[in-house]
Amino acid sequence: MEQQREAGTLGMWAFLVTEVMFFGGLFLAYILFRGKYPAEFAAASKGLDWILGGLNTAILICSSLTMALAVYYAQLGTRRLQITFLVLTMILGAAFLGIKFVEYKQKFEHHLFPGVGFKWEGADDLHHEQAGGQYMGDQGAGLGQPGSRQPVEGEVSPRNETLGGSHEPERLDPNKVQMFYWIYFAMTGVHALHMVIGLGILSVLVFMARKGRFTKEYHSPVEISGLYWHFVDIVWIFLFPLLYLIGRH
Amino acid sequence: MSEHIVSKKIYYSIFATLMVLTGVTIAVAFIDLGRLNTVVALTIAIFKATLVVLYFMHVRYSSRLTWVFVGAGFFWLAILVVLTLGDYATRGWLNGAK
Repeated sequence: MEQQREAGTLGMWAFLVTEVMFFGGLFLAYILFRGKYPAEFAAASKGLDWILGGLNTAILICSSLTMALAVYYAQLGTRRLQITFLVLTMILGAAFLGIKFVEYKQKFEHHLFPGVGFKWEGADDLHHEQAGGQYMGDQGAGLGQPGSRQPVEGEVSPRNETLGGSHEPERLDPNKVQMFYWIYFAMTGVHALHMVIGLGILSVLVFMARKGRFTKEYHSPVEISGLYWHFVDIVWIFLFPLLYLIGRH
Repeated sequence: MSEHIVSKKIYYSIFATLMVLTGVTIAVAFIDLGRLNTVVALTIAIFKATLVVLYFMHVRYSSRLTWVFVGAGFFWLAILVVLTLGDYATRGWLNGAK
């Protein structure tokens, strides 16, 4: 029995090591592009909402605690509390995804999703626009950037030197800003996918626990699912400061 | 080796530490430290991740073999990053050096 438990844990860790490699590649892409375009990355980072990001960090840490407690009560064989904490973990996970959805929606509305519709007007204008409720899509040149450009729908020109306003001390290349948003959507998107899978695993656990499958002696599924959940939390611990908090000072 | 049950007290103190460090991360991000900003942010993140791995994921109480698995994973990650950055950082040393 002991050996089986050990094997299960090791198997999960073997999988998590491949996950480290998977996210590691994305982090490496982030490091290289940030090293190449530091000014654009800092400016683009300001376009993200650090309050929502910070709230999500707190939610995920709470969910890690409830997951750890679910494992704790599984080890003690206390079924009711085990189910309670599994459900709490699911609620927190769903809250995380809900906030993430709101953030994505804002990015789409501000044309910050990379692709043909991508538009960058500067982070300050972004907030200005939010306050005024004015839509930048129709009058891109009207946001305090006199004579900067003629907005053509769906076009991102490769080298538009005047974009971003000639009055600004440093000119930011919107294509490099867009690179930040590529990485942002790729990394948080894959992370969110892991959260969705985690929620699926947790619902199976709740189902199994209700049927009384877990005992004080046998609860490996709860434990190794916990490993997975904590790993996803760790990824976010790195994503939050690297995506939301650069260029705040 | 029997299963080690981590006490609730440890879980709660790790949780509190993680929350405080999240606050510190945010606060520090608004202070201009130049290049140190990234260093501080990453140091805190690595420390937080280590706490999660050791206590929430029970690695501290796990067998040596588990340690090898975990260590190997992060060691390979280090190779990926260090070798790539070593390449990028030293390009031009041979040709463009003045």
